Amino acid sequence: MFYRETGQFKTSYSDDQALFPITQDRYVIYAVLFATFVVVPMVANEYWINALLLPFLIYSLAALGLNILTGYCGQVSLGTGGFMAVGAFSVYKLMVAFPELGFIPLVLISGLITAAVGTLFGLPSLRIKGFYLAVATLASQFFLIWLFNKVGWFVNYNATGMITAPPMTLFGVLITGPAAPPAAKYLLCASIVAIFALIAKNLARGRLGRNWIAIRDMDIAAELIGVRPLIAKLSAFAISSFYIGMAGALYFAVWLGSAEPTEAFDINQSFLVLFMIIIGGLGSVLGSFLGAAFLVLMPILLKNILVGGLGTNTALAAHIEIMTVGALIIVFLIVEPHGLARLWRIAKEKLRLWPFPH
Amino acid sequence: MKIRSLSKTIVAALLAVPLLSGIANAYELTIPSFDYRTGPYAPNGIPFANGYGDYMLMLNARDGGINNTKINLMPCETAYNTKRGVECYESVKNAGESGALVIQPLSTGITYQLIPKSSVDEIPIFSMGYGRTSAANGKIFPWVFNFPATYWSQATIFVKYIGEKEGGMENLKGKKIALVYHNSAYGKEPIRTLEVAAKKFGFELLLLPVDHPGQEQKATWLRIRKEKPDWVLMWGWGVMNQVAIKEAGSIRYPMNRFIGVWWSGSENDVLPAGAAADGYLSGAFHQPGDNFPAHDDIKKYVYDAGNGLGERERIGEVLYNRGLVAAMWTAEAIRTAMKIHGTNEVTGKHVRDGFEALDVDEARLKELGLPGFTIPVKITCENHEGPGQAALQQWDAKAKKWSMVTGFYEPLRDITGPLIAEDSAQYAAENNVTPRDC
Repeated sequence: MFYRETGQFKTSYSDDQALFPITQDRYVIYAVLFATFVVVPMVANEYWINALLLPFLIYSLAALGLNILTGYCGQVSLGTGGFMAVGAFSVYKLMVAFPELGFIPLVLISGLITAAVGTLFGLPSLRIKGFYLAVATLASQFFLIWLFNKVGWFVNYNATGMITAPPMTLFGVLITGPAAPPAAKYLLCASIVAIFALIAKNLARGRLGRNWIAIRDMDIAAELIGVRPLIAKLSAFAISSFYIGMAGALYFAVWLGSAEPTEAFDINQSFLVLFMIIIGGLGSVLGSFLGAAFLVLMPILLKNILVGGLGTNTALAAHIEIMTVGALIIVFLIVEPHGLARLWRIAKEKLRLWPFPH
Repeated sequence: MKIRSLSKTIVAALLAVPLLSGIANAYELTIPSFDYRTGPYAPNGIPFANGYGDYMLMLNARDGGINNTKINLMPCETAYNTKRGVECYESVKNAGESGALVIQPLSTGITYQLIPKSSVDEIPIFSMGYGRTSAANGKIFPWVFNFPATYWSQATIFVKYIGEKEGGMENLKGKKIALVYHNSAYGKEPIRTLEVAAKKFGFELLLLPVDHPGQEQKATWLRIRKEKPDWVLMWGWGVMNQVAIKEAGSIRYPMNRFIGVWWSGSENDVLPAGAAADGYLSGAFHQPGDNFPAHDDIKKYVYDAGNGLGERERIGEVLYNRGLVAAMWTAEAIRTAMKIHGTNEVTGKHVRDGFEALDVDEARLKELGLPGFTIPVKITCENHEGPGQAALQQWDAKAKKWSMVTGFYEPLRDITGPLIAEDSAQYAAENNVTPRDC
């Protein structure tokens, strides 16, 4: 009824190529942005920001990164935890050594360092594919964590191998460290995620993105029509690692505040992000957000309902939570193997045709 | 209709948790309990949480709380996971009228996470015998308490015990001591102290990390069989303990030369190894067993009323008593805070003062129904470690009982003292903390 394009005429190429060609979509995006940047900082309390929104945003960024590599370029990676660790340890070393550079440039530099490491570990992708590549990236996960555990320089020779983010400010407001106001941390993460989601959306529909998709769908055919696999695959690894590195930096510096390599960046982290993009939808920017929301918020929601609402004991609640999330993953994969993003697309199509079924 | 009521429940639950959960008429003392009853660390997390909770429930049932102010025990499942710890911390810190009065994180990782936050949120952390060792320096860590002894003190006590068994500290020269440790902040904690001690006494230190969760230790024990260290120390937790003791048994390592940290010495850790575990040693700072009047009160007021958190037969296990002693000191700190500030409506800030003035001597232990249960503790502004002493306990596989086999040892303060000063100064420099005067 409200959602249809009738009467919206595109009179120029730029109208036709707009990110959201349908007016209603644009309004929805404006509303979401308004809610994110104006409403939420005003109404959300510390619990909502620290326990729900920050992890959601940070995992969304990591999922976006992995989606570029796995969803768009078709290269399976199980090294996300390791790459997040690279971002976190880079930002830690930089924050201690060059605090005068400011936090945002440091996050970007850590992203670049991770991109370099990611490209290095992406080299085998030129020779091996599929499951075999997954195993190769798995090696990177274990190697990187081992490295951060082994070499004292990365943790500034801390006796216990823990890294702690020193307090830093942005525009005079604290954004890291325990005294930072939650709203400032939230706005920082939300801005970074919004900007890089926009970049990802544009990358994906540009020349580079089309190269990736061509490689994903059939690499020999892509090579024959002139896509260079070396450039396409390594750029996917680099850009994906850049995103994941930034996510790792924010994860450590803004959200956790302190971290140790083995626990914060273990293999479960890699699986978690991979599940996010599988459930959210491979090859979809929106899917990265939906997947992150599902896997970050769902367990906490369940816990609050069971323990806070129904008064179940905590151990039982934790077990029910594990089972429910597992069951929901299976249900979603059976009902909609293309993820939540696909469900959203179907809903949109149905709305456009409403009230007619076809 | 059904869906609507369900969605109402969901919305209500969502709103209730971050906001004040339930408006109580009387002032209640909110004491969170970070437990882990799930995951690879649950075998050790469960008895501790039961002991901690049961003691608080007993105070509520017997005395109406602390000085007639009811305790609101708030369990939160962390699964020994730092990320879940963050969520737990956020959900409990402003809970109830009092807010969380004291946090017992029961994980070195979560403790490190919360140390900087404690001074901002004004909630004291009581990391009893774990966490960051240099927090013993009350000048730099006013909000953190880690009595009755730290990992570093304990490591030197083990060295001292080994020296004693070898017939004098000079005989340590040329000996080989292995450290099997959980590859995390917790397990790495004693390394620096042991390195300094190795240099000082001339023994060789062999470091053997075991990765989370610790089920895979074949390679570690193969190394031990090959290298034949004279002594093995272990900093383990959860499943890792059981596996290590079983592996040690299978390579026939002499158990009376295998010493675990006090988190590696409970019934759950040794029972799976059966008779092979006989003679295994571990650190301790309280008695095992349920033959104290406080245990009788727990059975009478909590278990007879059907409110016990665990099984009745498991009261008095080592880690149950560990939870109980933690609860006892916490309750005494709150009582002290009430006395100092002359009010029953204490907050986290008051409780911190209570911890700093805590003095539980032998006479007070007797009044509490725990005569000779643990070491007397007296905390000062400067010293948050308290006595710093520990004893050793040994497992008797036939009787299936732990018993203390030594008295309380004094740590080698000439080793730990400078290390604590150095590490806390580094923390102060990195985080712009000005040491306060004591």
